[in-house]
Amino acid sequence: MKLKTFVWREIFERKNQLVTSFVAILLGISVIVAVKNITFYSEKAVARELDALGANILILPKSASLQDYYGADMQEEEFPEEYVTSLAMSDIQGLDNISPKLSVPVELGGKQFTLTGILPTNEFQAKAAWQGAGIFSRPENCGTVEVPGILAAPTKETLVRERVISTLEEDEALVGADVGATLGVKEGDSLTLLGKDFSIIAVLPATGTVDDSRVFAHLHTVQPLAGKGSVLNAIEILGCCNEISKGLVQKINSLLPDAKVVTITQIVDTQVKTNQMMAKLSLLFLAIIVLVGGASIANYMYSNVFERRKEIGTLMALGAGSRVVLKMFLLKALALGIAGGIAGYVLGTVIAVIFGPRIAGVIVLPMASLALWALGVAVAISLLASYFPARQAARLDPATALQEM
Amino acid sequence: MLSMKSVSKSYQHRGKTITALYDVTLAIPKGDFVAIVGPSGSGKSTFLLMFGGMLSPASGSVQVDGQSLYDMNSEQRAVVRREKIGFVFQTFNLVPYLTALENVQIPLFLADLSEEEQKIRAAALLERVGLGDRIDHKPSELSIGQQQRVALARMLANDPPIILADEPTGNLDPENAESIQEFLKEANDEGRTVVMVTHDMRAAQVARRTLRLVDGKILNGTHN
Ligand SMILES: Nc1ncnc2c1ncn2[C@@H]1O[C@H](COP(=O)(O)OP(=O)(O)OP(=O)(O)O)[C@@H](O)[C@H]1O
Ligand SMILES: [Mg+2]
Repeated sequence: MKLKTFVWREIFERKNQLVTSFVAILLGISVIVAVKNITFYSEKAVARELDALGANILILPKSASLQDYYGADMQEEEFPEEYVTSLAMSDIQGLDNISPKLSVPVELGGKQFTLTGILPTNEFQAKAAWQGAGIFSRPENCGTVEVPGILAAPTKETLVRERVISTLEEDEALVGADVGATLGVKEGDSLTLLGKDFSIIAVLPATGTVDDSRVFAHLHTVQPLAGKGSVLNAIEILGCCNEISKGLVQKINSLLPDAKVVTITQIVDTQVKTNQMMAKLSLLFLAIIVLVGGASIANYMYSNVFERRKEIGTLMALGAGSRVVLKMFLLKALALGIAGGIAGYVLGTVIAVIFGPRIAGVIVLPMASLALWALGVAVAISLLASYFPARQAARLDPATALQEM
Repeated sequence: MLSMKSVSKSYQHRGKTITALYDVTLAIPKGDFVAIVGPSGSGKSTFLLMFGGMLSPASGSVQVDGQSLYDMNSEQRAVVRREKIGFVFQTFNLVPYLTALENVQIPLFLADLSEEEQKIRAAALLERVGLGDRIDHKPSELSIGQQQRVALARMLANDPPIILADEPTGNLDPENAESIQEFLKEANDEGRTVVMVTHDMRAAQVARRTLRLVDGKILNGTHN
């Protein structure tokens, strides 16, 4: 027989009395685990969203006003294409992807659309100097957010925004969903724009943004068609998040003083705020569980000690020192904490996985790190709450305990 | 060898002082079998708890094998109990959620014996008290007489040289009581010192001598 045996037997003999404390700690832990789990994936979603936008920094003409990210490049003013070269040749770290754009209005089938010139990636790769500047090699923990289980497989939707257009011939075009619907065109059809024939290589799925009414074509085709020189009205940059916090925007600003450099965090601001609120909420829950759960455990432990004073007195008569008695109650507290922590983690994870998509609109997956967290918190609360009752048991006067009977 | 020198103990109860033991001096040599008799409330349990190192005297000293019990700290007294003293109680005090075997294992577990050894010794002891076929029973699944026999097996678990029994037959029918008395006599024959509190004069007959406690004072003892 070991001390463990004592504790197990006693717990199972009187398990009904333990239920309240167990439930208190279980509910507390599961709520926090659920909130933390959902928050984590919600934050990931924000990061992923930023990433899916294809850029998190925009370089626009000085006078530009930024209302909508998707429409940000439709500006009256322009700036020279050399800006791209300046950026690529600069020693600024964390410029993961640079995509220059020129947009001009076009009329098609009696409706207003936008013709946007973009550069395919092979054009960048052709420029050895740019490659040398490390544009296409991403530093680790930078840029694209990897979310386990969710493969960020490039879909047609993100084709343009995620800069996966690797090749684009000078007479090829991609059309947005609205354009495709309005003109009734499909892949392989041809389209005449500003007097030039393009062959449509893809009709993009609807995105609900102004991208739906765009036609994408090669930048160097659009520029002369629009009657403009080597100019752009936007450069979208995917900046490494770490570098942004280290002042990437300011660096670009000083490199290109005549342009306006903005980040697009405002667009996901509401979601960021929600996440911050969730984080505060989980702190509040933590405070509540510490108080309520701790009080419930302490209360249970005190009554358990009181109820078992004859048993404790007997053990002492048989030669148990106060240390053994103390250990016996703390071991019980440990068992309660471990059980509450594990069960709380499981329940919280189930809640998060089921309700996460409804509450936060994100897919939530179990997180192993939260299991450790839940276990640590539950065990700490249980041990702290049980310490004084356990000490009371250890200091019990065996004579009184035995005489009372 | 157990001894008390000028031991007094009183309790405060609602402002009144109740004297449980008054100026008790006595010696119980090794191998003795002493029955303590006396009316209810005369201080018999107090006397026994004091020898067991569980209740400190207000004045005087209590010695076990020449060691002054109450000059030790409580951990050291626990060691003395573990190594030298076997307790039996009127209400048996078996741990309700443990089996007969496990109850007997308690002193062995406290003495840090291996689980294997604990089991072998506990089973042998239960065999000795005639409960070899009841080792997996919980106290609630045993008769009153069987429960007290488990308590006797537990008392002997650590092979203690001293046995302190507080009315071990108080809750038993005459037949069961007799077998318990026999058992204590057997233990005494093995060389153990036995101190047994009882108010049953017939039970006292098995002892070598009887001490009378009245109002916390030892009256003239009688030798059987
Ligand atoms: N914890 C206590 N507080 C106050 N008084 C006590 C306490 N314990 C015992 N007493 C008193 O001390 C006296 C001696 O008690 P003790 O239990 O030693 O008697 P006893 O001889 O064992 O009696 P019984 O035969 O009924 O068991 C009694 O008068 C009792 O009321
Ligand atoms: Mg008594």
